Amino acid sequence: MIPAAFDYVRAASADEALAVLAEHGEDAKLMAGGHSLIPLMKFRLVTPGVIVDVGGLNGDLRGISVDGDTVRIGALTRHSELEHSAELRDACPMLAHVASLVGDPAVRHRGTIGGSLAHADPASDLPAAAIALKATLVARGPNGEREIGIDDFFTGFLESALAPDELLTEIRVPVSTGGWAYEKFNRRAQDWAIVAAAVADGGNGVALVNMGSTPLRAAGVEAAVASGASASDAAAAAADGTSPPTDNNGDAEYRSHLARVLTGRALAAASG
Amino acid sequence: MTAVEDAPTTAGIGHRMLRKEDAKLVTGEAKFVDDIKAPGQLWMGMVRSTMAHATIGSIDTSEAEAMPGVHAVYTGEQLAELGLWAAPLPCAWPVTEDMVNPPHNPVAVGEAKHVGDILAVVLAETRYGAADAAEQVIVDYEPLGAVTSIEDAMADDVMAHADLTTNKAFHWPLDPNPEATAAAFENAAHVVKARFIQQRLIPTPMEPRGVLAIPSPAGGEVTLYSATQVPHILKVMIAATTGIPESKIRVIAPAVGGGFGGKLNVDADAILSVTLANHLGRPVRWTETRSEAAGSSHQGRGQIQHMEAAADADGKVTAVKVHLDADMGAYMMLITPGVPLLGSFLYTGVYDIPNLSFSCDGWFTNMTPTDAYRGAGRPEASYAIERVMDMVAGEVGITPEEVRARNYINGGEFFENHEAASTLIFDSGHYRPAHDKALEMADVAGLRAEQARRREAGEKVQLGIGMCTYVEICGLAPSRALGGLNYGAGGWEHATVRMLPTGKVEVVSGSTPHGQGHETAWSQIIATKMGISPDDVTVLHSDTATSPLGLDTYGSRSLAVGGVAIAMAADKVIDKAKQIAAHQFEASADDIVFEEGAFSVAGTPARSVHIQELGFAAFAAHDLPDGMEPNLQEQVNFDPPNFAFPFGTHVAVVEVDEETGNVELIDYTAVDDCGNQVNPLIVEGQVHGGIVQGAAQALYEVAIYDDQGQITNPSLMDYLVPSAAEMPSIQVESTVTPSTSNPLGVKGVGEAGTIGSAAAVINAVCDALSPHGITDMEMPATPWRVRRAIEAAEGGGS
Repeated sequence: MIPAAFDYVRAASADEALAVLAEHGEDAKLMAGGHSLIPLMKFRLVTPGVIVDVGGLNGDLRGISVDGDTVRIGALTRHSELEHSAELRDACPMLAHVASLVGDPAVRHRGTIGGSLAHADPASDLPAAAIALKATLVARGPNGEREIGIDDFFTGFLESALAPDELLTEIRVPVSTGGWAYEKFNRRAQDWAIVAAAVADGGNGVALVNMGSTPLRAAGVEAAVASGASASDAAAAAADGTSPPTDNNGDAEYRSHLARVLTGRALAAASG
Repeated sequence: MTAVEDAPTTAGIGHRMLRKEDAKLVTGEAKFVDDIKAPGQLWMGMVRSTMAHATIGSIDTSEAEAMPGVHAVYTGEQLAELGLWAAPLPCAWPVTEDMVNPPHNPVAVGEAKHVGDILAVVLAETRYGAADAAEQVIVDYEPLGAVTSIEDAMADDVMAHADLTTNKAFHWPLDPNPEATAAAFENAAHVVKARFIQQRLIPTPMEPRGVLAIPSPAGGEVTLYSATQVPHILKVMIAATTGIPESKIRVIAPAVGGGFGGKLNVDADAILSVTLANHLGRPVRWTETRSEAAGSSHQGRGQIQHMEAAADADGKVTAVKVHLDADMGAYMMLITPGVPLLGSFLYTGVYDIPNLSFSCDGWFTNMTPTDAYRGAGRPEASYAIERVMDMVAGEVGITPEEVRARNYINGGEFFENHEAASTLIFDSGHYRPAHDKALEMADVAGLRAEQARRREAGEKVQLGIGMCTYVEICGLAPSRALGGLNYGAGGWEHATVRMLPTGKVEVVSGSTPHGQGHETAWSQIIATKMGISPDDVTVLHSDTATSPLGLDTYGSRSLAVGGVAIAMAADKVIDKAKQIAAHQFEASADDIVFEEGAFSVAGTPARSVHIQELGFAAFAAHDLPDGMEPNLQEQVNFDPPNFAFPFGTHVAVVEVDEETGNVELIDYTAVDDCGNQVNPLIVEGQVHGGIVQGAAQALYEVAIYDDQGQITNPSLMDYLVPSAAEMPSIQVESTVTPSTSNPLGVKGVGEAGTIGSAAAVINAVCDALSPHGITDMEMPATPWRVRRAIEAAEGGGS
């Protein structure tokens, strides 16, 4: 629980952060709220040489605005800000709700949406919500900005499409006030989900937490809903094509069962 | 005996006084070991075995030694050569003459016996430097077969210690009347058999363990600050283990953030810090991390219980047979082998069961050593008999409350001095009022109706109601009884009460708080006894220099032994003060009355002197009775004549989501009887915490070892200590049946909640699942486990 030694740079601007990343390459690691990275460092599972702390940056990188049909969220917006934003609750209530279920209050006051997505933990809440909501992510690198569709973003266990020299700057989700639900199954309030199911837009977007090495879109469920299947029939496809992990909380079979149960409940709630 | 109703309502015994300790704790003024710094201090970093069982080849410390800020690195062999300890780490409870007890060196020599076993120790200028250097020590392991479960140990194919020929450490029987037990089973209308697993638990106090040893190179003294429950015991054991004269050792337990048994040991860190501080002439310190605690702080429970109960046609239980296979872990710690035996006397519970046959085998494994954890042997016993009583009820076809009512000692009516089948004498009990009150508060009748409705409707979320009527053994302990169990010490407690010249009172207590609120409770006892304000009382404790005699805090003994000693010492001070008052009044002491702090001659209350005024008279000693020594200071070493036996009825209500297997504890009622209460607020706090800790065993906590002996959930992310968010609001009430074992009539309550709640919760889970034909559920009842049980009962997959 004691991290290895590292150098620390507190970036004064996004450009400075990008410059440090460019200089150190994969030896550098961005830190926003630190609530995913620091535990890994304390277990010495990761030992970055340079920490680039972007947690103090504000401006465009932090805040929520609604722009026509699009909600723009700065990557450094904290979970507690998502949770309590009246604007977000109106424009995309599911995201505000999911943010309220991340960790505990201390985590939500430090953790950021960009940090959570960039960390790409299949057991985290916000990545699955972003998939269900069909988010678009904006990354800035040495060659300027680019957009990454959420379905192209999660590439492996704790791996994303972000290059080592890129900074995630913004999350764009469509205004989404159709039927939604988030069924999170865990043991204690602050824990990661054993499995969770996110349903947005009346079943148009469905995603699963902790059912594989990345957060997953439940494409089979979405297709079934689109073809008019009932909630329970559509949910039967929830675990199809997944490779859920086995750990102390459950094996693949139990997780598959939970995925079907939770997806069924979420679809029913979203259409209710 | 001081009856509660006679006590002053403002401040003394029986008053819900806010804790005196809390202002310092909540403002951060209280100093824990880690807050205390010493100039020139070195940090220890432990190199711990990453393998459960291995021969240790070479240990390369050169790279670590070359790191900046590293002062020294020692392997076990080097330390043994330096002669820094005189004896292995102690086990004070050799439960049988022939118990196997392999040497347990603070740093292993030659063979690593569990993951977390210390193989080398680094000393560095900073904590981080010590951790970095420890990581650079290269250990050459030659793996040996590892014993990673009790069943493995019993198979005796692989030895947990390479030089042993069996993993069995001891066999301990308690079988007062085998023929009668056998006859009871032969004549039984019903026989219930069950096998329960008491999983390993990690004590997890809020404050981790820590030590700081400060040497005095010129004088030869050493002061150890330790996050310990047992500074007095630690002092004796450091002397025995290191060879340092006891008179040169001072142990201080500063503010200590919980222990739950996890801090009553003589751990390697204490011995290493003291010996290395003396050797190097510099202060040496260590604070454990949580992951380190998972592999090195002793664990609780770790038993397989084989239970058999014989009952007649009406459900009257006539005999209980118990065999335990107990997991010692890799080594015998201070009281490791005795813990399962502490429960042996309680396997007949609160019931008039005439026959008990008990035996226990202790087994070595290559896992973290086990030792005391809140309740220590007694929660296990309570769980087993309370689960079995529900099973008997099921066999006979009566309700859980009815089977209990039919079996209570003396029919549930008041009794004193009942000899149980174990041959222990229960001091007092009155079981039916707590039973009735708990059922009424929980509205069991209403819950059963709701349960029937949900079952009828086939709802996904079913209701379960579980009860537990426990008894426990507190007030450890009569020294003779401990001697009879071959325990290596007594069970008395020391108190000194002195009135200072200004009328303020200093109490010296050998009982050592680590969160219980001793300063408050002891002040209340003095307030009632002496008729003074509790604000006028200061309690000195937890420092062997100011409180040299004591046997510390565990086994719910503080009040029932230490608190009683204080009351008795106060009585002696009052008696002496009465002699002085009589002298001043020129009256006979027999004619002096003492009321609300004032002495007066019987019948002439107008002329009186307050006891606090006599403090100065005794100090000045200008006009004392002939032959009287100056000062008001008296001491007592109280050795209780018997244990105390608190009891109670708990009712747990759970909802089981049959689709997911999730169990939610939705309501909990506890009616406890711990005899007279000094501070009901503290009693309720103890009951709340205890209930949560027992419910945690029932639903959440387990130290999970894989087949390589690796603990797979060493952090608080994976070792699921529940929080307030997982717990219902707990309804707490009490009945009062004073103990006959001590003059205050108190019994102890530190472990009661834990002893009652695991069984109540699992009884509720089994009740919810009973329509599936499910009669038992292993702890913790995780959603996965519950769901698998439902699927198995349904005969299909998910």
